[in-house]
Order: sequence, then structure tokens, then C-alpha cells
Amino acid sequence: MAFLDSDISDRRGRSFASRFHIDLPLLAGLFVLVGYGLLILYSASGEDMSQLKKQFVRLTVAFGAMFFFAWIPPRIYKKWTPFIFAGGIMLLFAVILFGQMGKGAQRWLNFGFFQFQPSEIMKLAVPMMVAWYFSERTLPPNLRELLIAIIIIGLPTYLILIQPDLGTSILIASSGVFVIFLAGIRWRIIFSFITLAVIYAPIHWIFVMQPYQKQRVITFLDPEQDKLGSGYHIIQSQIAIGSGGLHGKGWLQGTQSQLEFLPERNTDFIFAVLGEEFGFFGVMLLLAIYLWIVGRGFVISLNAQETYTRLLAGAITLTFFVYVFVNIGMVTGVLPVVGLPLPLVSYGGTSMVTLMASFGILMGIQTHKKLLPG
Amino acid sequence: MLKNSNQIRSGHAFKNHRQERQMLVSRTIIAFSFVFLLMLSLLARGWYLQVIKHEDYQTRSNNNRISVQRVAPNRGLIYDRNGVLLAENRSVYALEIIPEQVHDMEQQLLDIEQLGLIEEKHIERFKQRLRGVRRFKSVLLKSRLTEQEVAIFSANGHRLKGARVEARLVRYYPFGGQVVHAIGSVRRINDVDLQRIDQINYRATRHIGKVGLEKHYESILHGKIGSRTVETDVQGRVIGEPITETPPVPGKNIRLSIDIDLQLAAAKAIEDFRGSVIAVDPRNGEVLALVSNPGYDPNDFVTGISTENYAKLTESNDQPLFNRALRGLYSPGSTIKPMIAWVGLQNNFITPKSTIHDPGFWVIPNKEERIYRDWAPRGHGEKVAVSLAITQSCNPFFYDLAYQMGIDVISENMFDFGFGQSTGIDMDEELVGIMPSRDWKKRNRRTDWFPGETVLTGIGQGYWNATPLQLANAIATIGSGGARYQLSLLKAIEEQAGWIEKEPELAPRQVDFGDKKNLQVVQTAMERVTQRRWNGTAKTAFDGAPYSSAGKTGTVQLRKTEEDEDGNVKKSSGKLNDNAVYVGYAPSDVPEIAISVVTENGGHGGESAAPVARKVLDAYFAKNKR
Repeated sequence: MAFLDSDISDRRGRSFASRFHIDLPLLAGLFVLVGYGLLILYSASGEDMSQLKKQFVRLTVAFGAMFFFAWIPPRIYKKWTPFIFAGGIMLLFAVILFGQMGKGAQRWLNFGFFQFQPSEIMKLAVPMMVAWYFSERTLPPNLRELLIAIIIIGLPTYLILIQPDLGTSILIASSGVFVIFLAGIRWRIIFSFITLAVIYAPIHWIFVMQPYQKQRVITFLDPEQDKLGSGYHIIQSQIAIGSGGLHGKGWLQGTQSQLEFLPERNTDFIFAVLGEEFGFFGVMLLLAIYLWIVGRGFVISLNAQETYTRLLAGAITLTFFVYVFVNIGMVTGVLPVVGLPLPLVSYGGTSMVTLMASFGILMGIQTHKKLLPG
Repeated sequence: MLKNSNQIRSGHAFKNHRQERQMLVSRTIIAFSFVFLLMLSLLARGWYLQVIKHEDYQTRSNNNRISVQRVAPNRGLIYDRNGVLLAENRSVYALEIIPEQVHDMEQQLLDIEQLGLIEEKHIERFKQRLRGVRRFKSVLLKSRLTEQEVAIFSANGHRLKGARVEARLVRYYPFGGQVVHAIGSVRRINDVDLQRIDQINYRATRHIGKVGLEKHYESILHGKIGSRTVETDVQGRVIGEPITETPPVPGKNIRLSIDIDLQLAAAKAIEDFRGSVIAVDPRNGEVLALVSNPGYDPNDFVTGISTENYAKLTESNDQPLFNRALRGLYSPGSTIKPMIAWVGLQNNFITPKSTIHDPGFWVIPNKEERIYRDWAPRGHGEKVAVSLAITQSCNPFFYDLAYQMGIDVISENMFDFGFGQSTGIDMDEELVGIMPSRDWKKRNRRTDWFPGETVLTGIGQGYWNATPLQLANAIATIGSGGARYQLSLLKAIEEQAGWIEKEPELAPRQVDFGDKKNLQVVQTAMERVTQRRWNGTAKTAFDGAPYSSAGKTGTVQLRKTEEDEDGNVKKSSGKLNDNAVYVGYAPSDVPEIAISVVTENGGHGGESAAPVARKVLDAYFAKNKR
């Protein structure tokens, strides 16, 4: 009797996660991150409950998207990958032809009752497509296959870059490049590309870069030179973080953040609020949570049964890390200012839904497994 | 390395799953190592900023704060038609404390108290405000410091670290309660306001137009916020000149059609009554005076009124906060007889020569169950024509006329005079009152119209009610015999190029006076109202007036009588006396001013309302000599 009971409860325990296709360690990490994020946002928004409520609604929608994507077996979207990719490319062309302008960039498609950014689809479609392409071939890829992969990545990256949306195009390009890297591209080729990039950089600077992009790089290299102009963000955020010290000034007590010295403190620069109010320990905690999530993503990738899911899981995980690294790097002054939010902590952001959908895919990869013999 | 890759290449024809998996595992591990290293580098950066360079940044954070200050725009001024200031901005000084900078708060408060700047109640309220406030933001200790108190503080301020006096421009209404209902007032922005305003533009603003004109023209008067980037020291004091500056765009000044002299005369004339005086220019709809008595001092609301004083205002039987000119709905009584008479003449229900027999009462033909009385018990004689019916306010004549016309003719035509409709006045609180009609009664009372109700409508009673503004507008139309204008208070706005005058606007519904023959009959009868020779109802009030004027009195019985349990009428208090109304215009040949006066419980229109009108017209003609 006792044996039967425990058997049933065990099955129930298993069936909760498996019925909803949830990966509990990953879910736990996301919950902790989101909770921590809301705490910081409350302070960064100037104790504005309405902002908090809106953020909560967005998070609810995003988690809904995660559950939905977790529930779809990976083989389904593997089958549909080429069509999703092709559709995404067409939508990007549509943006160029009929898109809406917003904040000086043309990123939105308006469908009357709702708007969305096709570049969001590409964040998932590009790594999916490259993984799909490689999954049918012997790895590591040869030069011809590599070239095709680069075209797959390059076309959407270019279309988004000219919108112009530098942050998103960097994310999309890197998500594709990660698949190539994970697919085992030879080191020789990697180093050759790096060498080429170094040679190309000055050419890019002179002929391609927009003045505002150049300004960002100049400011990054020497923020003090333009103390109240574009250097202002970087200096103020470093003062905020630095003055936080080991323990921080305390929740809601950050003078830099609360006295409005800090621009965009509830969106892209929210990390500075954290640094100022919670100090080095708070920063360490945030990085630990991110590392937990990224680590779990790699475990899922290693456990995956097919090349396609393995490559995709790895690329999703690495892309998430790029988000974190680029944002924190820019706020702490080790990277130039690129408009990327701190994932799941910054206020707003259309990217939240896509991000959570990608976590849903990760969970799906972990939970929809065939029992292999042996 | 090379050998290894050759091996892989040779296996190109088929997939080597084991080898492939191994390679993927190794790449994933390499990637994770990268991630881990980069995370460590971020942590190292954090360590560098927060631990190694901490003191550096701490000092910069404390000493060299660069801050963006928002600068509130100056609110536009309000002038009367001759350029007299009705609403201005004055500096007020407030004593504030930044808690973070005070070492011993109790001692500090005690010190300030000893200087005689504050009392115990200020300390109490300050301590309430202190709760839940961030320590580096300034907290109000006392608002409205006098010049002398500012001087005392300046002399001793250096000892009081963390305390400072802030100067702010605040709305001030020099004429206080005498003008308040004509221009409204600003009050502190509250949570409800925050929902409907542009929060960015109002970031530095503390007050917003909450009532009347100040509310209606908020977007013009407010202006645009400015900002400046300044360096501040640890005390939050600004060091040196602003580094960058975007000056605010002040709100636009406006000029009203109000004549302050006339306004004050009107306020004085009606000071003994609850009621309202409106004076308008019939030639363009400009409002010259708008008084609702009693008023209240709007300046109390600007800096925050005490609960005690606020309760006094809200609980007063005289309802000083209530704008009777805009929202007081009164039965117009006999004051609408000129309009009714004109409609009867124009539509051939009567001629100037038609007469009725007035024995002091009237009954609906063939239906004698209800008697409608005249105010004169013995009536106005055997042969009462329309002219006499107006001059002496004969009710039976109008019972009969209204009964002949029927409610449809009456209401359609009265809509043209503006009853039951907005006067177009530039204040949002206006009520439109009720011009009863068959349709109105079906919608609001869900019953049919009864002929008896038409009879009462003929003398401006029953369901019919109107605001003093509507009464003034209607009589202005009779007086001018021309177009009916939308009433308006705004005369001009000061733009960069200078004052831009506002064009008069026609009301959407107009009266067609035709060849004006019938109108002249009515106008002549109204002139006689003010003349002893014709025994007019306002003859006493206008005895010896140096100008010609025309008018009409009205007395409205208030049906509500207080009864005790046995049904006996108790001694009637002041509240139960009749409302008195007077409408008129002057000079009677080419009217420049039309007026409506309502005195609540004033008794007879000729005895209380007409004398008020006389005083206001006297003041007008003393100033505007012809």
C-alpha cells in the first residue's frame, strides 16, 4: 500500500513538470531574477506603482509565451524552421517598404489593431535556421557550408542594421555566429576572420558608420571629454555604481539615482541603480542569478538528443548572455553605449516576450525527449 | 591539429554521431568557460568601481553633483478689460529642511522655534511629512513666511545646516472673493489631476487651474516647462552659473471682458443677498460683470486651506463655493414674459390690440377645476392688452396666451433665446437648466405633457429653470433686437506679436425678429416697467435714473413651505421667502449693457432685485458717460 502511494505521488510529481513541460531549475532561476528585478525597478521608477503594475502585466504575458513555447515539441518547429525564416525575411522587407517610424528608426509593422517588430522573430529564426541547416550535414562544416551559413545570418542582420537598430542586429548576428561556433568551425577559420575584422574596422569607421554611432565610440573611449553631452550617461552611471561601495546606500536611498542625476535609470541604465543601492554584493547576486540561468541553459544543450536542438539550445543561452554582458558592460563603462536593456530587469522592452519564448524553447528541448534505447 | 581535421574531412560521406557529439560537448564547454570568464570580468569591473575606486566616486557623488533642475513656467496673468490685474503671481517663501543634512533634528527644530519662525503645530505637521520621505529630499516646514521671517532666517541661516528658504511664485488674486466666481482659481495639483495632465510638462508646477476660467484656459495660461543643468554642492546648493539652460516658456497673458469697477459695484450692490448679478454687452456677448454672492477668498486655496476653514465654507448655509451665475438653476418667473409676448405676436396668436378680461384669476376654458391666480387679487381690469400685461406683469394674460400657443411653440422659440442650452461661456462648470418640452418630459419624467403645465410655463414657472447667465443672454437678445452671441469672458490673448482680440461668436440658434414691429411693442412695454408714469413694477427702483432703461421684474414663489407635524405652516424663515429676479438693458434705444439679477429669498422682484440692477447700471453710466 505504502509502495503504491509513493508511486502515485512520485508520478504526480513528475507529471506536473512533464505535463506542462517545465524545467524547474530554469524556472526557479527566472523567478528569482524577476523578483529581484521588480525590487530594483520600484526604486528606479521613483516608487511608481503604476510602472510596476505595467511591468508585472508584461511579465505575465511573457511567462505565458514561455509556457506556450515549452509545450510545443521541438520537432514541430524544426520542421517549420525554413518557413519561419523565410516569412521573417519577407516581413523585414515589408518594414522597409511600409514600416512605421518611431524614435528615428523604422522598426515597426502596423497591423491596425497591433504593432510589432519583425526583428523580434528573427532573434529566434536566425539561430533556428543555421541550426537546421547544419543538422542535416556532417560537422564541422566545410567552407561552402560556412559561406551559406554566413549568408543566412548576414541578410537579416543587414536588413535590421539599416532600420537602424544596432543593438538588435548585434544580437541576431551573434546568435547565428554562436551556432557556427558550436557546430565546430575550425579555429584556423575563426582566427582568420578576426584578422580580417581588424583590418576592416578602419574602413567601416570611415565609410559606413553613422555620425551618432561614431559619437558613441568616441564617448566610450573618453567620456570626460564631453561631460554633459553624450559622456554624461557613462560618467553618471559610473559615479552611481562606484559610490555604492561594498554594501550600497540602501534600497530607495541612492542619491545619484533618486535625485535624477542618472538618465534612463529605469530602462537601459537600471544596473547603475542596483549598483548604487545594493553595492558590490548586490551586483554579485545579480551576476550569480544570471550565471545560474546561463549554466542551466548549457546543461540543457548538453542533454539534448539531436544536433538541431543542441545547437539551438546553446545559441539561445549564449545570446541571452550577450544581452547581459553588453548591457552591464555598457553601464559599467567597459563597452560602448548600445541600446540594449538589462534582460528581465529593465522597464518595458518589446524584447521581453521573445526572450521568454526562447526560454520556453529551452524548456521544451529539455522536456520533450524520446526515450532512447540503452 | 592538422592531422585531426584531415581525419574529420575524410569522414565527410557519412555522419559520425559519436565524434560529432564529442565535438559539440567540447565546444559547449569552451563556450561556458568563456561565459564564466566574461562574468568574472564584469565582477572584476564591479570590484574596481565599487571597492578600489569607491572613495573617488563617493566624493564625486557627494561634492560634484550635476543635476538637471526643472523650472516651472510663470503662469499667464489675467487682466480686466482696462488692464487692471485680476490674477498675478507673487513670491512666497517656504522654509524647508533636508533631513539627511541635519545632525540633531530635535535640536534643530527647537532652534528654529526659538527664533520665532515656527510654532508647535508646524513641528507636528513636519514630523508627519517626514515619515516615508527620502532623506535627501527637502521637506516643507512652514509655508508662507513673511518678509520679516525671511530676514530673521537670512541672519541666522548659517547656523541651521540643512534648512533653507525657497522662494516660489504663487498665484495671487488681489480682489479675492469679489471676483472669484468670475475667474475661478488654481489649487494644488492632486492625484486626480496627475491622471489627466502631461506629467512631464507639469513636473515643476505645483498649481493647476481647478475652477472656472483658470481651468478652462489652463493650456494657455500654464506655459512650457524649462530646465537647467547645474552643479550643486553636498548641500544641494547651486554652484555658479547653469551649465546649460532651456528657459521655460511662460504662459500667455489674457485680458477679460470684465470691467473690474463694474464687477466691484455689482458685488457691493448684492452684498446683502445670496444671489447673482450678470452684466453683458448685448452687441457682442462680452461679460462685463459676473458676481455670485457670497464668494470666498481663492487665495486661501492656493497655499492650502485648513480643514477647519474649508469645513466652514462647505457647511455654510449660504454656500459660498457655489457659483450661482453658472450653476444656480432658478425659475425665471415673470422675466420671460417679454419673450413669450413677442412669440405670441410674431406668430399671430395675439395682436398688440388683443385684450383679455382679468378678474384676478384664470381657468382653462371648459375645465374649471383648477384656478390660476394673478398676483394682484383683484386683477388688472376688463381690458388688458399685451403692453400692460408686461408693464404690470399680468399673469392671466400670459396663462391665456401660453394656453393658446401650446408647449411646442413655446419651447421651440425659447430654445432660440438660449434656454435649456449652454450660453457658450468659457467655464466648464456651467449647467444648462431645463427648457421643458413634450420631448423633455417623456425622456425625464416618462409621462405625457399636461395642458396645465403649459399654463404655468407661460409665467416662467413649473419645470422651467435657467441660470442667471441664460437670463442675461435672453434679455440681451430682446434688447439688441439683433444677433444672439455666445457669452464669453476672454477678450484677448497676448501673443508674441501683441494682443490678439477674440472675435465675437454667434450662438448656434438665432431668433428671427423680422421687421421688428412686434419687438418694438415688447421693448416699449419693458421701458414702461421702469417708469412711474406707467405704474411699472420697477418704477420705484428706477426713479430719477439719468439714463433710459428697460426691464422686467420677476417674483418666484417657492412652493416648499416648512410644515410642522399637524400640517400648520411654521413661521417662514428667510430661506422660504420668494426669489426675486430682474432682467433689463440700457440705454433702452441702443442698449450697451444687459443685466440679470437674482436675489434668493429677496421677496418681490421690483423691491429687491431691481434696486440692485439700478445700482449696477448707475455705476456703468457714471463711468461710461454718453
